[in-house]
Amino acid sequence: MSNLAWIFVSTLLVNNFTLVMFLGLCSFFGVTAKIETAWRLGLANTFVLIITAVSAWILNTYILTHTPYLRTIAFIVVIASAVQIVEMGVKKYLPVLFRQLGIYLPLITTNCAILGLALFQTSRHYTFVEGLVFALGAGFGLTLALSLLASIRERMEVADVPVIARRMGLVLVAASCLSLAFMGFAGMGSQ
Amino acid sequence: MTTTIAPAPATAPDLIPGAWPPAAPEFVPGAPPPATLWADTWRGIAKENPVLVQMLGMCPTMAVTNVLANGIAMGVATMFVLVGSGLFVSLLRKYIAHEVRITSYILIIATFVTLADLLLAASFPEISKALGPFIPLIVANCLLLGRAEAFAAKVGPVRAVADGMGMGIGFTLSLAAMSAIRELLGRGSLLGFDILGPRWEPWVFMVLPAGGFFTLGLLLITAAWIDELRRKRRLVVAK
Repeated sequence: MSNLAWIFVSTLLVNNFTLVMFLGLCSFFGVTAKIETAWRLGLANTFVLIITAVSAWILNTYILTHTPYLRTIAFIVVIASAVQIVEMGVKKYLPVLFRQLGIYLPLITTNCAILGLALFQTSRHYTFVEGLVFALGAGFGLTLALSLLASIRERMEVADVPVIARRMGLVLVAASCLSLAFMGFAGMGSQ
Repeated sequence: MTTTIAPAPATAPDLIPGAWPPAAPEFVPGAPPPATLWADTWRGIAKENPVLVQMLGMCPTMAVTNVLANGIAMGVATMFVLVGSGLFVSLLRKYIAHEVRITSYILIIATFVTLADLLLAASFPEISKALGPFIPLIVANCLLLGRAEAFAAKVGPVRAVADGMGMGIGFTLSLAAMSAIRELLGRGSLLGFDILGPRWEPWVFMVLPAGGFFTLGLLLITAAWIDELRRKRRLVVAK
């Protein structure tokens, strides 16, 4: 049990997918202009992450045991299908969110966090439950990072900054400070 | 999902049936304007640099650029995949149905990434180990899908390869620049050779993940600053 809790906290804070492991940066910079969109995309990502974790486990245990070289291709096909399902669901039930997310919803397919999760899960030999907790931690970590950066950016909108830093430059520096703050969790639990 | 092969899009009719290349220039909606091969290549290096201008492929840009050797290896691997997938997407562009194009592009890209992964593991095992899952993660680099969709699927194979080369070189150069700054300041060395001497106190910050964001942020601000200076000078000259 403590092992599961540790996996959760570790992926949520210590090895935060976005801020420490640099996975899923496209959406991190792309959709964090507004906090509403940011946390919703985070939750959509979490959902895809969980589906991916389950499918990756099934693939690893039953199908890919003898053909590890097909791993990348198999994973990406599963992820693409999962994203397609999520996209259809969001379009049907949350049309407003669908319009807000725009191109970034189908782009979850090429969000490295999703494929990264499947690959890390494989290389660490997680069991089914561990994989699920890993996905949950990663998803919440992503949502946390997205909402944090979005809130900073909303504040930065009204700040008076030099013209040359007005575009992505300052956002990156803010992300750097955020990442530095998360480094404070490093070493936690290692004793 | 039906995977029927789409009939070739309605292009301008060939003047001589069956002649190759077709006599009339093909017309594809949304195709990039005709340009010389040199312009196709140069675009990726400077004007539409993937990292510094388009901000695509950020994950590997940050994650592997703490050491120069890793940055260059990542850039070259990405270039290989860009050229290979560009060539095949362009060759198959008339046979891929519109509805399944993204999946097809991803499959082509994933095939080349697997090739790159295995080649790197066979020839440079220690770099392959250092890059870890970031080589298979090239599949998820938005740059590749972006170029396949926006360029390679709409032009002939030669131009697609030129564009892939240019984008690859531009990507490699930006990665090399970032990793050179980070390795020099963070470790006082370049490619493993000690440059700044034993009295240099390494900036550990630069090697940390936070240093990646910071370096790219500073590079972008510097680029914007140079643009601003140029614009001002142009204004002065105009007056």
